[in-house]
Amino acid sequence: MRLIMNRLFIIFSTLAAVVGLFFLGWILYTLCAKGLAGLSLQVFTHDLIDGGLRNVIVGQLIMSGVATIIGIPVGMMAGIYLQEYGGNSKLTEFIRDLSDVMMSAPSIVVGTFVYAIIVIPTGHTSGWAGVLALFILMVPIIVRTTDDMLKLVPIELREAGMAIGASKYHVTMNIVIRYAREGIMTGILLAFARVVGETAPLLYTSGSSEFWSTDLTSTFPSLTVSIYNLATMPDEEMVQLGWTGAFLLTAMVLIINLIGRYANNKQRR
Amino acid sequence: MELIFKKLAQISASLLFVILAATTIVLYLSAKPAIQEFGAGFLFESRWGVEETKNVSEVVPNQELVVDGEDADDFMEDEDDFIDDEDFVTDDDTESETNDSEIIYGALVPIIGTIFSTLIAMLFSIPIAMGIAVFLSEIASATLAKPISIAIELLASIPSIIYGMWGLFYFGPFIADIFGGNTVSLLVAGLVLGVMVIPFMAALSRDAIGTVPDMLKESAYAMGATKLEVIKDVVFPYAKSGIIGSIILSFGRALGETMAVAFVIGGVYQFVGKVTDPTNSIPVVLANSFAESSGLSLSVLFYLALVLFVMSFMVIVVAKHYLLRRK
Amino acid sequence: MKNMMDVQDLTFTYSGAPAPSLQNISLPVEKNKVTALIGPSGCGKSTLLRAMNRIHDLYPGHQYDGVINLLDSDKKGYTDILTLKSEAEMIRLRQRVGMIFQKPTPFPMTIFENIAYGLRLSGVKKRAALQDVVEQSLHDAALWNEVKDRLNDDARGLSGGQQQRLCIARAIALKPEVILFDEPTSALDPISTLAIEEMISELREKYSICIVTHNMQQAARISDYTGFMYLGEMIEYGQTDNIFMKPSKKQTEDYISGRFG
Ligand SMILES: Nc1ncnc2c1ncn2[C@@H]1O[C@H](COP(=O)(O)OP(=O)(O)OP(=O)(O)O)[C@@H](O)[C@H]1O
Ligand SMILES: [Mg+2]
Repeated sequence: MRLIMNRLFIIFSTLAAVVGLFFLGWILYTLCAKGLAGLSLQVFTHDLIDGGLRNVIVGQLIMSGVATIIGIPVGMMAGIYLQEYGGNSKLTEFIRDLSDVMMSAPSIVVGTFVYAIIVIPTGHTSGWAGVLALFILMVPIIVRTTDDMLKLVPIELREAGMAIGASKYHVTMNIVIRYAREGIMTGILLAFARVVGETAPLLYTSGSSEFWSTDLTSTFPSLTVSIYNLATMPDEEMVQLGWTGAFLLTAMVLIINLIGRYANNKQRR
Repeated sequence: MELIFKKLAQISASLLFVILAATTIVLYLSAKPAIQEFGAGFLFESRWGVEETKNVSEVVPNQELVVDGEDADDFMEDEDDFIDDEDFVTDDDTESETNDSEIIYGALVPIIGTIFSTLIAMLFSIPIAMGIAVFLSEIASATLAKPISIAIELLASIPSIIYGMWGLFYFGPFIADIFGGNTVSLLVAGLVLGVMVIPFMAALSRDAIGTVPDMLKESAYAMGATKLEVIKDVVFPYAKSGIIGSIILSFGRALGETMAVAFVIGGVYQFVGKVTDPTNSIPVVLANSFAESSGLSLSVLFYLALVLFVMSFMVIVVAKHYLLRRK
Repeated sequence: MKNMMDVQDLTFTYSGAPAPSLQNISLPVEKNKVTALIGPSGCGKSTLLRAMNRIHDLYPGHQYDGVINLLDSDKKGYTDILTLKSEAEMIRLRQRVGMIFQKPTPFPMTIFENIAYGLRLSGVKKRAALQDVVEQSLHDAALWNEVKDRLNDDARGLSGGQQQRLCIARAIALKPEVILFDEPTSALDPISTLAIEEMISELREKYSICIVTHNMQQAARISDYTGFMYLGEMIEYGQTDNIFMKPSKKQTEDYISGRFG
């Protein structure tokens, strides 16, 4: 009886794994089959208005990139504060909690917030609004990574630095951060991969444009928003372009993830 | 330098607080007109954007309001405000016949849709994700487990819009073939959400199970326990808080998810009679209606966003509670 | 026939390892005696011990060669445990050959349930029967007085030494014939160590014991026989007094006098 139950259980777990992997494989298969079918050079050389994706891909990267560039110093400084200056006070714990709450806030809610403070006052969607939304989503992730990575730095290293008379600033920047550098880099890459695939917070902050644009003060081209729009159009060709965009987006996210993972493994060795 | 550095760090940390506080305040202020107009009854009202004529009989809407009031005993005061407003509006309306109607908004349909799609997602994903976690950490050999683990983690990073598209074009029709009904429905939305959180939940649960010391498992095997017994009696209890934490975090993800659901839930304001009917969820309402809203209808959307924010806040508080107990 | 177990010419190779970790090992475990295994770190003591209840088999691919005989329950003959295949036989083997690990491993349940666990697995349901065994086992493990008022507390709340005695009580609740100890006191303070040593000496009356230890005084104090292992081989085996007083091999002498390891 026990042995039969055990057998059944093992079969069930294995089956569950197979079912789960089956769905995920199905998605990837669909994505490749549909996405590759529409992949051509034109996708990269033409803008959305001409049946390509050049402007929206660049737009998505610009918005995520700018959000990351602003997010890195803010997130890292906040993480440094938590580990190096905060001590074990109630305040640091509170800020950690806040960061976790922010991290789990639905991204569409962040979108509504940005809509209220930027889009309504200025009267139109803009690249900066999209950047702000992505920034808000990104900061808590960077805070968390920095916090976690600095936690791994041995106390002795800090003490040794202080003991030779270095200032806290020096110890932090030159010893502690250097020690945790790869880990933090990985975290930032993963955070970038995370926001680059965001759609909901961009829907009505950046909107999306069919034309080439690098002007963040006006409506900005977005790959993810365009995918959403394309996929829900009746026109077969548009839907196809949507799949191609989806494929490229996923490929991008997965590659960034792999790079981050690789860097992290190298550091551990 | 030293001082500037410290100040900057402090400012960055406080920025977190500022952003969160600002979000709450801005959402509240933007939602205020709607909150004043509909009060907490909003949460229990099932109509959306329906014109309600006042001059047919003044008594009818008020009766309904009282019924609503009973639904929400705790919020009686708000309801009273509501009734006052109504009376006020009605007074005004006596002057012109054309304007004597008012548009009613209620959140009940998307709230129910959100909760039910999330519950379906959990029912579907928990057994599968636990199966995967157990398979990876206790059944598969290391050579098999490692690549699958990496694959699972990578899959957890796929943008949710991809799940939505797949749901719309492939999974929805597949489900409709099996269960009948629409290719977009509460059921499809729930299952797509489920598929979406599987890798996330499985990866977190596997990490939690990974914290169980080998020696502990071996000592259970050394007493003649079978694999099932070791997992049931030793591994799960030991990793309990981590596993529950992973489930709650996944729940939170599914609750606030927009894109995976937007494609497949249907986006219509109706209660579901069957799970295969289309309905709506809060994030989807927000995603679909912002562009064309203004005035009160916009304020209503902010009210909805606030409701969602509070719901996800409660989820994270519960999750923290569980994860903290591990320490 | 006084050997409870008899390892003969055992060669063991870990899955994927280029060379065997144990080479032609022979070791008798005499009935109602304590047999100690000593030797420098990495010489294969744990590997040998873990072969004796085949806990190695939890992980696939390891390779055994040779014979490990275990006296049948009816005391009439021996069975080579390396020939066991079915899961049921493995479970039975592990119930007959108990094992205590380097660190205490209390299960995440109450003290009572920890000890009743093995019995419940083998189908004992009656509370009264369980109660008797739990009490008896705790007495045997010299823990009863300390925990009798808190049987329903989580076992992880006990001190390290108490936890280790709990694990011993848990093992003897199954009435095994052999108990294997792998450095049971290496994670404990001297007082807890002493308590466990005393207990092992007493357990000898009912069980046959094989213990791995790094502490030579401990081996000398509690064991009747000692085997000295080095680089996967059994260098010397004999009565503990002989091994410690007049070892016949140079390596043994060096090790015992602390010249290496
Ligand atoms: N799972 C494994 N796979 C491959 N080789 C292993 C494995 N476990 C142990 N070994 C090798 O087998 C040899 C014996 O290890 P074992 O753990 O039995 O030593 P030990 O005598 O118990 O040492 P210690 O006193 O440190 O506990 C070592 O060389 C070790 O590297
Ligand atoms: Mg060992």
